[in-house]
Amino acid sequence: MTTATKTKMTLVQAVNDSLKCAMRADDSVLVLGEDVGPKGGVFLATDGLTAEFGEERCFDTPLSEDGIIGVGIGMAMNGMKPVCEIQFQDFIFPAFDQIVSEAAKMRYRSGGQYTVPMVIRTPYGGGIRGGLYHSQSGEAYFCHTPGLKVVVPSNPYDAKGLLAAAIADPDPVLFLEPKALYRSSKMEVPDEEYIIPLSKVATVIDGDELVVFCYGAMVPVCTKAAERVKESRGASIRVVDLRTLMPLDEEAVLDAIRECGRVVTVHEAPRFCGFGAEISALAAEHAIEYLEAPVKRVTGFDTPFPNTLEHYYMPDTRRVVDAIEEALDF
Amino acid sequence: MSYRVAFPDGLDVFRLLSDDGNQTLSPPQKELGIEGFSTLNPPLPPPEECLAIWRAMTTTRIMDDRMMKLQRQGRVAFVGTSTGQEAAIHGSGAVPGQDDWVFSALREGGVAIQRGMPIDEYISHMFGNANDTAKGRQMPNHFQCKDVNFPSWGSVLGTQLPHAVGAALAMKQRGEDNICLAYTGDGATSSCGFHSAVNFAAVTKAPVVFCIIDNGWAISVPSANQTKSRSYATKAKAYGLPGLDVDGNDPLACWSAVKMAADRARRGEGPSLIALRTYRMGGHSSSDDPSRYRQDAEVAHWAGRDPVSRFEQYIYAGDIAAKAELQCYRETREEEILQGVARAEKVGAPSLETLVTDVFADPPRHLRKQVVEALKLVAEKGEAEAIAGKFPL
Repeated sequence: MTTATKTKMTLVQAVNDSLKCAMRADDSVLVLGEDVGPKGGVFLATDGLTAEFGEERCFDTPLSEDGIIGVGIGMAMNGMKPVCEIQFQDFIFPAFDQIVSEAAKMRYRSGGQYTVPMVIRTPYGGGIRGGLYHSQSGEAYFCHTPGLKVVVPSNPYDAKGLLAAAIADPDPVLFLEPKALYRSSKMEVPDEEYIIPLSKVATVIDGDELVVFCYGAMVPVCTKAAERVKESRGASIRVVDLRTLMPLDEEAVLDAIRECGRVVTVHEAPRFCGFGAEISALAAEHAIEYLEAPVKRVTGFDTPFPNTLEHYYMPDTRRVVDAIEEALDF
Repeated sequence: MSYRVAFPDGLDVFRLLSDDGNQTLSPPQKELGIEGFSTLNPPLPPPEECLAIWRAMTTTRIMDDRMMKLQRQGRVAFVGTSTGQEAAIHGSGAVPGQDDWVFSALREGGVAIQRGMPIDEYISHMFGNANDTAKGRQMPNHFQCKDVNFPSWGSVLGTQLPHAVGAALAMKQRGEDNICLAYTGDGATSSCGFHSAVNFAAVTKAPVVFCIIDNGWAISVPSANQTKSRSYATKAKAYGLPGLDVDGNDPLACWSAVKMAADRARRGEGPSLIALRTYRMGGHSSSDDPSRYRQDAEVAHWAGRDPVSRFEQYIYAGDIAAKAELQCYRETREEEILQGVARAEKVGAPSLETLVTDVFADPPRHLRKQVVEALKLVAEKGEAEAIAGKFPL
């Protein structure tokens, strides 16, 4: 048995590595988007792809998000596996109709005759001084759309394996990359291709007094908060990284709620109709008899994303610790 | 008096058949095409092809009449007819081969039949019954047939055009010489899908033929209020594409223009934009009353330019087929459609289980739970009450 080799890499390098593995393994995988070609993408996620696979398989498109996704859908309907890049998640809305009305509904409206095995990769979230239009977290819009899968990795290892799963998936997957974590840390990542199944949560820290549900860039924030509460008062806090928001690993979420009895949800997106509301509703519908405190939601404000006051808008360790303590002390 | 609602009279359109259908016109002496699209040596459909085009036009005419009657009787929920546009639709629809793909809009469903979609499948879709390949999920008039490479359209106009570009790029990437024929109406030329698709196709040299069926009206908005371009084909110039305005009631010209564009795409020379100028004789749909927004005189003018009788005149004049032969086909087709309707009406609705299939390849846990709950409710409390609402537009 050979020992698998590993390389230390950042999250964005893991995305790049996953794309290369998929493109080497399958000629039908191709990449399209704005500046993804020779430049390698504004975050370098597609660095080297055009050089290795040619202009046919990794190409720059006109500046048209609606076109990128619409063309990707047509390619996917006709046997290709396109990986479309939307430069910032904030720029996805010109393509909202193609994603929501076309990609998400194609299998259903055709009775399964036409399908869209396509991945839409896009960097989301704050923490880069990007203001209103380079910082948003739009996952709730897409989780509300039947027919779409929504995946959010939180570390390099998961990013590589989840992206591989997304590319192999027979349905359209929105792959939200936490740009705040693109280069924040490095991690050992296997060189060979591997798959992390969609719709499976990961328990980042185990614990049984309270569970924090989070994803993407909020995972390190919540991990730190849990450690801090453990240090300050010895409380046993579980941190669950949801990883796939749609379809959600409902059973694992409900098990964690029942085992811990106290729940905090954390996301950057606004609170109203945010993903935390869905977790809260699941708890209320299916596990209310286990709850020992009201579900706490730590979120962005119900405002557009600010620029100068970004650090107040974003949930930070301080706010998460506060919510955990309130739930523990209820 | 101008009966063109769209453009000033005097615009040179490409035509090969005289108004009365009695003769073919000599090809135009000057180039009519935009950005290098040559019209000096246009191909003509051979007699057998003409007959096939006429059969498709006739089938659509009969099918539309029957569906409209069924709608008025309350047996079908919605119909969007193609009456008056049959030459544009089936002259162009005859061009793509079996391995090519066709992306349609509201009024090109007849092209699916022209390409080999069984009539029963077409009618089952109109009823949304259990035999509908789309499992009753779309409104009527959103036809699909995978066997003939004919995906259905979504109701958001223009969205199918980028799909055609993508499907064409997949063909190009695999080194096939297949093409996509992408239909749109005049209204959707204002949509972002149109702009994205045409520009994208031009830049990537995708093997696509964009075919604008300009029937003068987008529901109640005339082409004059849809664009200030001199014609729809003029738009090709801005995208750096070849284009051509065609007499859309002349099936020879429609076939010829789209054939030239398709051959070009097949040779790797990229996309073209063909505008077929015709007229929507009926309302936008079975729910529309066009007398609220257009003049009777205009409709009467176009009634005198009926593409089916014009083409029949050509068929007789050229001795392609005799009157009796056409009459016999008409009667046979009418009977087939009537029998198809009778069969389709006996087929029930898709099962309740299909509510949650095909959202994803495999229904996830939450959908399996939701359908179990729905089935349980039916078992305990009976069927859901029928909805009384009628489609408004």
